[in-house]
Amino acid sequence: MSKFNKKKGTGDLPAVNTASLPDIVFMLLFFFMTVTVMKDNTLKVENTLPNATEVKKLEKKDRIIYIYVGKPTREYEKVFGSEPKIQLNDKFANPSEVGDYILEERAKKPQELQNVLTTALKVDKNANMGLISDIKQELRKVNALKINYTTYEGDAFLNVKK
Amino acid sequence: MPRRGAPPEVNAGSMADIAFLLLIFFLVTTTIETDAGLDRMLPPIEPPDTDVIIKQKNIFQVNINREGQLLADDALIDLKQLRAKAMDFLDNNGDGTCTYCKGNRRSESSDNPTKAIISLKNDRETKYGTYITVQNELVGAYNDLRNREAQRLYNRKFTDMEAEFLNPESSTKIRDELKDKVQKIQDLFPQKLSEAETSTN
Repeated sequence: MSKFNKKKGTGDLPAVNTASLPDIVFMLLFFFMTVTVMKDNTLKVENTLPNATEVKKLEKKDRIIYIYVGKPTREYEKVFGSEPKIQLNDKFANPSEVGDYILEERAKKPQELQNVLTTALKVDKNANMGLISDIKQELRKVNALKINYTTYEGDAFLNVKK
Repeated sequence: MPRRGAPPEVNAGSMADIAFLLLIFFLVTTTIETDAGLDRMLPPIEPPDTDVIIKQKNIFQVNINREGQLLADDALIDLKQLRAKAMDFLDNNGDGTCTYCKGNRRSESSDNPTKAIISLKNDRETKYGTYITVQNELVGAYNDLRNREAQRLYNRKFTDMEAEFLNPESSTKIRDELKDKVQKIQDLFPQKLSEAETSTN
């Protein structure tokens, strides 16, 4: 007890001023708010993108329609098999449904953006080209000609290594 | 009548808690990445009205088979050689009309960059990764040549100029200025990359 008394004797320690704590936290908050991209759909397919060096950044997220392709993840493997599948929004789809999906998504966008949309193909590097060709054919049918093969930035020759 | 004395202070102690809550929410939902990738244009589905006759020597045929092997102009080559081969072909300047080319002017290769077409064909069983590598090398060949010309004309890299031009944060003045330059370089080496439909076997 005497210890405590002693302390009191030397004078109260002033409380640490925490008034600026909210400011600091708000600063962090705003940082994360501005850099945040909401994940809008959960991936049901494996999606290890290939690497490429000659990439261009995809600016303006509102002008992009995403198509995912890859092997279904383990929990869906039993139902959908292990062959690469297409994922549109939250469900698996056949190549023939791609066209309708694009038209549907296009109709959702504002009028002035409808002609400048890009289709981003996020394809697993182990998928085979047959499926991609089918998708490309469907895209041509609905006149969605601007596409982007989304990749990671890195040495492209890593793709071919086993 | 106004109240006398200072009004009681609002307790701001819980403000930090609220801010933390929001912060944690955004931390969890954040994915800091802008997507990047290879931009391509697909050919329109209606065939052009007039059949254009293209000389065989103006086409650089690239075939990828199901094992990922590469056949370029009837020769089996390694992926690493593709970029140099494509650049040789584009830069060949067979008819001598291209003043900025530095090619060997071989008669069996392309006439000039505006006529040169690279045709890419792949098998249905080709791995997507291999395909992207090939695409990357072909786009790289174009970019290397364009960089060379941009370096000569404007003393900076074409890829940088294009990135700045496409970046929405650049000021309009800079973008207007770059637009002509980018367009000019693109016209020097127009990207003519045709993709045939895939073969089934």
